[in-house]
Formats: sequence, C-alpha cells, structure tokens
Amino acid sequence: MSNVQIMTGNSAAAIGAKLSAVQVVAAYPITPQSQLAEILSQYIEGGELKAEYVRVEGEHSALTVCISASTVGARVFTATSANGLLYMHEQLHWAAGSRLPIVMCCVNRGVGAPWTIFNDQQDSLAQRDTGWIQIYCRNNQEILDTVIQAYRIAEAVYAPVMVNYDGFVLSHTMMPVAVPDSETVRDFLPPYRPHTILSPDDPRNLNPVLFPWRRENSAGVLCDGYMEMRYKLQAALEKAPAVIQETNRLFTAAFGRDHGGLHWEYRTEDAELLLVGMGSLASEATAAADLLREEGIRAGVIGVRVFRPFPARELRAACARAKGIVIFEKGISYGYEGALCSELKAALYRAESQAPIHNYIAGLGGRDVKARELADAARTSWQAMEKGNYDQPTSWLNCYTG
Amino acid sequence: MPENLFKINAKEYILPGTRACQGCGLSLAYRYALKALRENTIVTLPASCLCVLHGIYPSTPVMIPCLNNSFASTAASASGLVAGLQAMNRTDITVMAIAGDGGTFDMGIQALSGAAERGTDFIYCCYDNEGYMNTGTQRSSATPLGALTTTTPIATKQQHKKDFIKIMEAHDIAYLATASPAYPIDLYDKFVKAKKIRGTRYLHLYIPCPPGWVFPPKDTVKMGRLAVETGVTPLFEIENGRFRFTGRSKSMAEKGNRLPVINYLEKQGRFRKMNIEQLQQMQRWVDGKWQEYQRRAQE
Repeated sequence: MSNVQIMTGNSAAAIGAKLSAVQVVAAYPITPQSQLAEILSQYIEGGELKAEYVRVEGEHSALTVCISASTVGARVFTATSANGLLYMHEQLHWAAGSRLPIVMCCVNRGVGAPWTIFNDQQDSLAQRDTGWIQIYCRNNQEILDTVIQAYRIAEAVYAPVMVNYDGFVLSHTMMPVAVPDSETVRDFLPPYRPHTILSPDDPRNLNPVLFPWRRENSAGVLCDGYMEMRYKLQAALEKAPAVIQETNRLFTAAFGRDHGGLHWEYRTEDAELLLVGMGSLASEATAAADLLREEGIRAGVIGVRVFRPFPARELRAACARAKGIVIFEKGISYGYEGALCSELKAALYRAESQAPIHNYIAGLGGRDVKARELADAARTSWQAMEKGNYDQPTSWLNCYTG
Repeated sequence: MPENLFKINAKEYILPGTRACQGCGLSLAYRYALKALRENTIVTLPASCLCVLHGIYPSTPVMIPCLNNSFASTAASASGLVAGLQAMNRTDITVMAIAGDGGTFDMGIQALSGAAERGTDFIYCCYDNEGYMNTGTQRSSATPLGALTTTTPIATKQQHKKDFIKIMEAHDIAYLATASPAYPIDLYDKFVKAKKIRGTRYLHLYIPCPPGWVFPPKDTVKMGRLAVETGVTPLFEIENGRFRFTGRSKSMAEKGNRLPVINYLEKQGRFRKMNIEQLQQMQRWVDGKWQEYQRRAQE
C-alpha cells in the first residue's frame, strides 16, 4: 500500500503538505526550514501540486497571506523557524483569533540574540499563549503523518495547528518514511469546506472593532462581545484533545501507524522513574531509559506530543504511579524554569502522585545531548530523590555554569 | 476625459451611520471609490480611521465584504486574498487593500513593496490624511513640514513629506494615480480605470481631516480644493510610465494659475506655528515638485 523512502524531516513535511492538497503556500526562507520552502516550490512549479505559492518578503507577510487566503476558503500552509516565528508573533494571535484552520510547520531552532542556527524549542514554546494547537514530532514519519492529521484537527476545531520538529536533528536527518498513497489520504482528509468564507455573495465585515460588552445586531439579536469570542477560542481548544485523539485513532485505522494522540509512553508499565520530554529529546530519552533499566532502575519515558492544549488529565494518569519524574526540555522560561516542567507540576496539583520533579534544561542552541548523558542526569536525580531530596533546583545539562 | 456626473453609479455601498468624524474626507472618497468598484470587490484594511468608519460589531454601514487586518499587513493580506481567490477559481473579484498614510508610508511599506514587486493583481489605495489621525494626530512620514502634531507639539515637523509616489513608481507598476474627494468625478474615473487594469495599481487619496488639520468640518471640500489649487497635492495619473495631469491640475498646468501655498496653509490650525523660513521652504518644495511634474507632462 505505502512505499518507504529515505528522506529528511523537511522532505517528510513537504510530502505531508502535498498529500494534504494544500491550495496556497506562503513561505519565507530561514534555516533550517528553507529546504521545506524549496521542495514545495519545486512541487508547485513542476505541476505535482496544484497550488498558489506566494514568495513573500517576510514571515509576518507569510502568515498574513495564509490568513487571508484561508478567509476566502483555501487550505493553506506555511513553515518557519526561530526568529521567523517570532516575527510572525502578531499574526499568530490574528490567525487563532480569526479561527482559521491554518497549518504551519515550525522547524525548531534557538532564537537570537546571540545568533544560533541550531536546534532548541524556545521559538515555539514562546508562542504558547497565541491560541495555536502545538504538536511536537519525534521522527520523520511522525512529521509527515502529523501534517496530514493537523489539517483534520484544525478544520474540525477551527483553530490553527503548529507542527513542531527539531531543526537539523530531524529536519536535515535522513530516515526511512512510509509515504501513504494520495487516495487513502484523500479519504482520511476530505477537501476543506469552511462554514464561513468572505465573499461578495454574502458580504460581511470580518474582525471589526468590538466593544467590551455584547451588542445587538440590526435584527435585535444579541451578539458576542470580545470576551465571548475569547471564551469560544478557549472552548475550542478545550474540545481539541478529544478531536486529536479521535484523529489519531482514525489515522491508525487508515494507515496502521499510531503516534499517540496527546502523548506517548515507553516502558512505563512498571516504571518508578519517568523521563519526560518533547520531540527528538523525548525520543533520545527512550535510549536513556533502556540504559537505566540495564542498571536496575525501572525507568520509562513520557513523550508529550501535544503541548497546547496541554493534556493535563492524561499526564496526571500517566504519572500516577511514578516515584520520581525528570523533565528534559529545550527551552527555559527565564526567571523560573522550563515551561513543560511548570505545566506538568500544575497538572499534578492535588494528584495521586506527589513524586518529586527535577527539571533539566538541555540542548539549547544545538548543544549535543547523548542518551548516556540523559541517563547519567536521570540517575543522579533519582539517587537524590531516593535520599529524600525532593526539591532539586533546575539544572543545566552539559552547560558550564561556573 | 472625466465621465459625466450622471454616469456615476447611483448605488450606495455605504449606508448612513458610519462612525467617521464630522466632515471626514475619507467618507466622501471611500463612497465614490466603492461606487466605482461595485459589488464584486473584497476590501482589506488595517486598524485605522477606515476601520472605525466600518463600525462596531455586529453592525456595519458598508455593504462590500471586508477583512480587517493588523497594521503592517494590508498589502500582504491582499496578496493572500488574491492567491486564495485564484485557488478557489474566483478571479472575477477585485481585491482592494486600503490603508492610511501611517499604514502605508511607515509600517505597511514592506508588505506593499513586496506585493508590488510580485506584481500582485490588486488595487492598493492609500488614504493620506498626513498623520496618525485615528490614534490622535501623531506625526507620520506623510506629515508635511511645519505641521503641529501631538508628537511634534512645540517645534512642528522638521522634515518634508516622504515622496511616496516616487517609491511606488520605482516598482514599475501598471497604474498609479492621485485623487482628492474634493474632485469626486476625477476620483471616480480613476477607480473605474484602475478596476479594468490587471497587476498592481496604486491610488493615492489626499484626505482633508478636520480634527487633525484643525479646520471646521464644513470646509473639507474647500481644503481639498485649496490643496490642489496650490499644487500641494496635484492630481495626475501614471500609466505605463506616462505621466498625465488630470482634472483641475491639468487646467492649472495649462493656464499657469497655481496659487501660493500660504492660501492653503493659513486655513489650518496645524500650521499656526510655522515660521516664515518653513513657509518659504514649503513653497520651494512644492514649486520643485510641480516643475518636475510639468516637465514629465510635456515628455
């Protein structure tokens, strides 16, 4: 049914977009996303993909083009990294506030200043509160499959989806990827049929100014105020976990691959020590868990696939039997701790598990993190926890801290 | 030649009850622009006076479909509409991006330059009221020399207005024209013409603003006329590189009866602190531009 090819993460994302039959692509090149922008232009110029490609003059415009094209009913795609994503920030809010099912790949890269072109997840984590659904992929197969899933999710909940994958670690690394056939994808993902489009056939004024309170329209119907519209976006994202899980179930049935809906687990059945992370770092942690188990530490891994909406209930259940939790993450909320750590701690408020949590900041700006180093860090944390040290401050892995 | 007044589309696309200020020059210009563009049009605009004119949700006096966008994104939004409509096989629709001078000369210039360079098939309309009027009359790069604004409150603006027409002309676009609500038939004709042309079309509207320029709301048309009659805002069009005066400016060029700029400046409170040196500079600046246009008109 499907054919396996060896490809980079960027190729996998491009094929995912092509199979999703996107109609408008707008992108501005930035390392490590640029290959993706190039491959899509080849598809479109070569006639493999029937779509409009707007070669914009910046990322703010890239997302604006997607917003407007989506408003008139087109399925749209864009991709960026790091400072490009930050430059889009205003439009991230605009896209979500407009309730448009835009799908964007963020090829995760550290942000300047100072410059780095290498991977961490500070770029997308800093966009946490923009109203986008955020999914983190752990390998190239998951990237391709998640782009397709993302459209189904976005178009069901009318919220944009950011598909995140680690720059270079995945974007430029060749892996075998099964490419599904386009007919099966079309059955799984029918053409986009929006409930509302902007058209002279039915004139409307979209995204106008709102007063704080609700107001009546000319027919006397009381309409939403700004706050009701904010609530509806929140309600949509609260509904999204069920949609994401259902999408994953249907995808598994159609294509035989299960990437986990909101999160995935590795050797957690009897695990006392849980290693938690997102993206390729969580994937790397599975090798660390194997190493720890060889030493007799019953370690398992929880990969958080969806960061927004945050799967608090599922993670609370997944952590219920843990005696210790170590969180590795490629980002930091300056002045506090890693964002994933804060979210997980909040999710465990009054939970059954009162396992101690130790947070590691790792791999910023592409600093290498080996499975052995993750295992060493987790072991050190575990030993301290066993001695009753429940309050280890956030540690910086592989970093000279003077 | 200007079309007959009776040829103007009688249909109204802006109903009474806009939230524009009393005497708003934009209301007048926008009314005629929409009459020229007619139903099959989508408008995109940033936060601006026009956004206010369009009303507060859930009611609007404007009967043309409209997409509101963030401040820097007007022309990029038009690019997205054009690409999306192309993808949806709706190429019969005219896309008009419209923004003020702040959203065009300043923050929107990148997106506009990009869209024009790509030859995007749309009309870009800048309604130039020479300042950030919606936010309370702050200085923009379109504000003229010697004008008081709330961010040049004592010393007045020290620089001339940016020559934005030149910037747009440098993009080699299909059509470029200036217009004023004080000359609605000239304005209407230019929008009718622009609608028929493919590619990027740029229309620059000089919009008198009673609260921002400090003159009585009843004098909007008078102020628009004086701006043209003094040569401060000449009416012309540039089609395929060919410059042509139109309307009142055309007859002024022929008759040589241009008024001194003082006649225009003295009617506006914003120039009350302009000194004699600034006045002379302004006259020289307008003379220089006018001579350049005249030279081009004779080519």
